[in-house]
Amino acid sequence: MHEYPITQRIIEIAGEYAEKNHAEEVKVIHLVVGDTCGYVASSIELYFDIIAEGTPCEKAKLHIKRVTPELKCSACGKLFVRKPFTFECPFCKGEGRPTEIGQEFYIKSIEV
Amino acid sequence: MSENKEIEIMQSVYDKNDQVASQINASLTSKGIYAINVMGAPGAGKTTSLIQIIKRLTDVTSYVIEGDIEADFDTKTLQSLGVKAIQINTGGACHLDSPLIGEAVDELNISDGVLFIENIGNLVCPAEFMIGEHAKMLISTVTEGSDKPYKYPLAFEKADLILLNKCDLLPYIDFDEDFFMKGVRALNQTAPVIKVSGKTEEGYEKVVEWIVEKTRSLQK
Ligand SMILES: Nc1nc2c(ncn2[C@@H]2O[C@H](COP(=O)(O)OP(=O)(O)OP(=O)(O)O)[C@@H](O)[C@H]2O)c(=O)[nH]1
Ligand SMILES: [Mg+2]
Ligand SMILES: [Zn+2]
Repeated sequence: MHEYPITQRIIEIAGEYAEKNHAEEVKVIHLVVGDTCGYVASSIELYFDIIAEGTPCEKAKLHIKRVTPELKCSACGKLFVRKPFTFECPFCKGEGRPTEIGQEFYIKSIEV
Repeated sequence: MSENKEIEIMQSVYDKNDQVASQINASLTSKGIYAINVMGAPGAGKTTSLIQIIKRLTDVTSYVIEGDIEADFDTKTLQSLGVKAIQINTGGACHLDSPLIGEAVDELNISDGVLFIENIGNLVCPAEFMIGEHAKMLISTVTEGSDKPYKYPLAFEKADLILLNKCDLLPYIDFDEDFFMKGVRALNQTAPVIKVSGKTEEGYEKVVEWIVEKTRSLQK
């Protein structure tokens, strides 16, 4: 439910960059959303059209790249995607530690 | 139609919240206030634990920002404890954010002490938003089950102090403490985990010790 204000912010930032680059409209917004960043990609999509109305992003396509979280094994150092109810490394049975992978939430670029 | 021109941005969308959060944090630090973001599922015992903690915090002044969707904080109990408290109306939001806290902090006009900010009862969203705190205190309970670190890893990862509450109910339920601790330690190697009970009042001395030590080192 907190996707509404963040979608507003995305549209604002994209609009600011378009203006700085003397573009009247944004054609594509490339967004990177990690699965554990706290924002649900589909909810952002849902709000996007409504909020973008009447802004330079009105006709923009929202392109969302999702990122699956990965843990890093504290024993062998390998990155892996975890299974439910365990943090165990599939390679060496060591213990996985959280990484930044999957927590991304940023606007990569826009196309104008 | 002409080719699109791509403009690189690479800007985190949290920016505004995080900026305000670090301003609040700096301002609180300069006033000698150690701020604790209190997180936990609905009914985990956030308010109950705050009362237990504040009762025992005799040498340090306590302040509370209550972020409930509706006012349910026992104001009388609080007042009898001499606590300066403020309620913020979140109107159904799933977490507190820093602009809301900024306003409340200004209104409270406080210095030298501990500020507890009781976040919305929710194990997901509050962990993702900094609100100017120095530490995050997570309240988990034995009744929620031992699998919580596995299902809500971020809250456990980000916590600086973890309370395992409702330990008085351990005889009545199957809580696998080893499984719980294994999950916690995979995510977080440093946060102390303290077993407490808001009912029998056990365990809170250790919590208070931790808070006093942190507050003192901030004020130094
Ligand atoms: N048996 C038992 N009950 C507890 C304990 N701690 C809290 N409770 C009860 O759990 C219920 C919820 O406690 P609160 O302190 O209101 O929980 P909260 O986390 O502040 O709840 P919200 O603010 O609504 O999310 C109350 O009925 C408390 O009396 C405990 O350690 N043991
Ligand atoms: Mg409460
Ligand atoms: Zn490994």
